Amino acid sequence: MTDCHAKGSVQGAGWSLLPHDADVLVNGWGATLEAAFEQAALALTGVVTDALVAPRQALSVSCSAPDRELLLVEWLNTVIYEMAVRGMLFCGFQVAIESLPVGGYHLSATLFGEPLDRVRHAPACEAKGATYTALQVSRSAAGGWSASCVVDV
Amino acid sequence: MDPSRLTRVDETTWRIEPTGLMRVPGILYADEALIRGMDDKVYEQTANVATLPGIVQGAFVMPDAHWGYGFPIGGVAAFAPEEGGVISAGGVGFDISCGVRSMHTGLTVADIRKAQVPLADALLARIPAGLGSQSGISLSRHDMEAMLHGGAVWAVKEGWGESKDLERIEEGGRMAGADPGCVSARARQRQRREMGTLGSGNHYLEVQAVEEIFDDRVATAFGLAPDAVLVTIHCGSRGLGHQIGTEFLRDMLPAASAAGIRLPDRELACAPIDSPVGQRYLGAMRSAINCALANREILGHFAREVFAAVFPGSTLDLLFDVSHNTCKVETHVVDGQPRRLFVHRKGATRAFGPGHADLPEALRRVGQPVLIGGSMGTGSHVLVGAGSGEERAFSSACHGAGRAMSRHAALRRWQGRAVIDDLRRRGILVRSASLRGVAEEAPGAYKDVDQVVLAAERAGLARRVARLRPLICIKG
Repeated sequence: MTDCHAKGSVQGAGWSLLPHDADVLVNGWGATLEAAFEQAALALTGVVTDALVAPRQALSVSCSAPDRELLLVEWLNTVIYEMAVRGMLFCGFQVAIESLPVGGYHLSATLFGEPLDRVRHAPACEAKGATYTALQVSRSAAGGWSASCVVDV
Repeated sequence: MDPSRLTRVDETTWRIEPTGLMRVPGILYADEALIRGMDDKVYEQTANVATLPGIVQGAFVMPDAHWGYGFPIGGVAAFAPEEGGVISAGGVGFDISCGVRSMHTGLTVADIRKAQVPLADALLARIPAGLGSQSGISLSRHDMEAMLHGGAVWAVKEGWGESKDLERIEEGGRMAGADPGCVSARARQRQRREMGTLGSGNHYLEVQAVEEIFDDRVATAFGLAPDAVLVTIHCGSRGLGHQIGTEFLRDMLPAASAAGIRLPDRELACAPIDSPVGQRYLGAMRSAINCALANREILGHFAREVFAAVFPGSTLDLLFDVSHNTCKVETHVVDGQPRRLFVHRKGATRAFGPGHADLPEALRRVGQPVLIGGSMGTGSHVLVGAGSGEERAFSSACHGAGRAMSRHAALRRWQGRAVIDDLRRRGILVRSASLRGVAEEAPGAYKDVDQVVLAAERAGLARRVARLRPLICIKG
């Protein structure tokens, strides 16, 4: 799991892109479940561009799912959808996750980013959708969280 | 993949013997070197597909197969509805009906050499390539509905294309059974500004020259001669297909559970064909096929505009248009009996042999053109469906070279600028918005396409007709 071409990290949190034959495996980790999800979404931006993205605009999104792993896929697909229809890239995320009394989880988040600039961001490829392949949300013995799955590009 | 895990049937046929929950064997078509180059995950995913209800004969794997999600890319599997057969969004892929079309230009390599740079620049200016590029086409609600119903037939009616193209597109350019009512508002929203765009990743428009002819008779029937120049476009159903794939992968998980289907892995999410989710997916997926057929027809029209401007009087006639991420209802003979099957081809091309009733008259005698995209440096192939392909893998063949290494490995090894300079020295002009994208798609990141098509020929899936080499590549 050290074989990554791109990564970023800050204060015990970080992300990486791991090899997969045709697609890409996004991986995020952090002290909390929320931080791991935020980092996994940052990895999505890393799929598209190495360039800096500025937090010029903010928008709110939400999604829910029966378990944490499916919630990760829903979350990444929500971000992919907003990237696609708004033509934006995102550089920051504030995620809140609550477990629902009826079972399952609800996620609400604020996304920060800017419109894609084809010259400045020189996008390498686009994320089509997150999949259930190599899907894992887990807590380490030390208490930190990691979240990963294959994204079709 | 270690070949010792497989039973070798002949030089290019290998079996994963059914064990555990597998209902049928896995059957791989490849030579030993290609088998060794495949990820172990291809074995695992093939064995998992073989456990799904209603699967008929085998879980088939093409010579270019690699690790996908759910089904391997390069996977073919047919399901019988009367045996509880399933349909799977992961068995089709997110880029529904992604495919390849090739058009004759009537020009030669010498003609192109006289105007190669202006032609490359004009194509780059006209063909929306890469993330964020737009064609200027924006569909109203009414137009979207008509496009999802009509496919390339709609595009021609709108003035993007020629009616004579339609018989050289699978399904006559319009997939029957599309139900736009099954396409969500979000999927439509994702497509609103994406008609007539190439997309990114491994999508491209190439100007290609016929480099070598393997079969004179079929090449003549296809209109292929040495040094003749073609335009080839590789793209799919854009955001609409991606969103449909995403949504139904999610919806099929509870549908499988409700139907009592035990999935070896969640990535195999599927629904019985005769279930409400299965039927909704069919209606939506067929709409996405129409979206892809319309998209390639529009891009073909853009290419025609450019060629008419650079080479006045030139016309582009469609050789053929194939899709390689689909599920289609087809009749195949199994154990001597004709069966109506739902054939999933994920990263696999339909390859009807000579005499097939679904082929247009002009091609019926020789068989279906099977267009195989290679990498931007190495070349592409035109194959023809073989009669033996019917019993080998429901008339299916490979779809491309297949990746030999991941994007990240390619990025570590190559730099985009160096790749472009190297190809220019070899007479190939590459135009792309992203140097990183060029590095990720570097020719060396792909398997040897010659080896893949040779294995397909030896396995009786399809026969080689011509090899094409690129002159210009507009990279998505």
